[in-house]
Amino acid sequence: MRRRSLLRLLPAALVLALPGCDRAAPTYFSIDITGADYGRDFRLTDPSGKERTLADFRGMVVMLFFGFTQCPDVCPTALARAVEVRNRLGADGERVQVVFVTVDPERDTPIVLKEYTAAFDPSFLGLYGDAEHTKVVAREFRVIYQKVPTGSSYTMDHTALTFVFDSQGRLRLAVRHEQSADQLAADLRMLIKSSSP
Amino acid sequence: MKRLFLVSLLCVATSATFAQVTVTDPWLRATVPQQKATGVFLQITSAKDARLVEARSPAANVVELHEMAMVDNVMKMRAISGLALPAGRVVELKPGGYHVMLIDLKQQIKDGEVVPVTLVVEDKDKKRETIEINAQARPLAATPSTGSMKH
Repeated sequence: MRRRSLLRLLPAALVLALPGCDRAAPTYFSIDITGADYGRDFRLTDPSGKERTLADFRGMVVMLFFGFTQCPDVCPTALARAVEVRNRLGADGERVQVVFVTVDPERDTPIVLKEYTAAFDPSFLGLYGDAEHTKVVAREFRVIYQKVPTGSSYTMDHTALTFVFDSQGRLRLAVRHEQSADQLAADLRMLIKSSSP
Repeated sequence: MKRLFLVSLLCVATSATFAQVTVTDPWLRATVPQQKATGVFLQITSAKDARLVEARSPAANVVELHEMAMVDNVMKMRAISGLALPAGRVVELKPGGYHVMLIDLKQQIKDGEVVPVTLVVEDKDKKRETIEINAQARPLAATPSTGSMKH
């Protein structure tokens, strides 16, 4: 009888003990996905026709976002936040590469992609693949996207997380759409600091 | 008697015209060439219970009312048949919520350009009122905060 009540207390004791396990690891506003077994790489095409992979951005912190240019709300908000974040980081902002992967290659032709990303910042890079490539990359990042008909047209549902790679090309953070530019800038500052030699 | 009828008719017409719906701060995002869609944002207040049921604009071939929702970090956007306007309450169409979606734009919308939009509001008695507004284009990279600071 007594033993049973002790057992009942065990889960509570475990929960209480957990915070003690947390060593001085930095806490981010974003979801810390360091060590994730997905989102390891991508192989896509830039608007000039050049094939790009993650290795091309070694030494840069990469912010990767999946979206589409006909998106009225989430995509411009995420990219505008990226502009703000780079500004807040000052000189370190130059070490941040923003990559926009279209989930709507059917409508997002290279020209539209290029003009769209450049409207935010000339350094931002839009990438695309054919339907099959897009599917492969999205799956690698556990990104969901789906065409949804609306009247005579269609819109895209899609995962609205921004993925952050450190300068060694390791996937580190998943940034929620709701996070502010200030929070994201703080996260990137910490990431740059912790991953520099 | 006939005259009285006419007067009352006139009153009905007048009250319909003055059913108070106010719209403030309408804006939309500028587009790049060949970008065929964009969203209009605004605040709308109706003095009495009503619904925003339709929007039109000469700038686009298709105009819809949309709702955006974030479900497990996935953005979902849907056309809605209408938006409730509870009496006296400010209803915001803003990034992260509702917007008027301009689809199949006839041409690029440049920063600063003014786009006319007609809103159709229906009251409880199914009486419809149209409100003409002019939405001004803000840069594609505008955020709600930087946008309003410009004014």
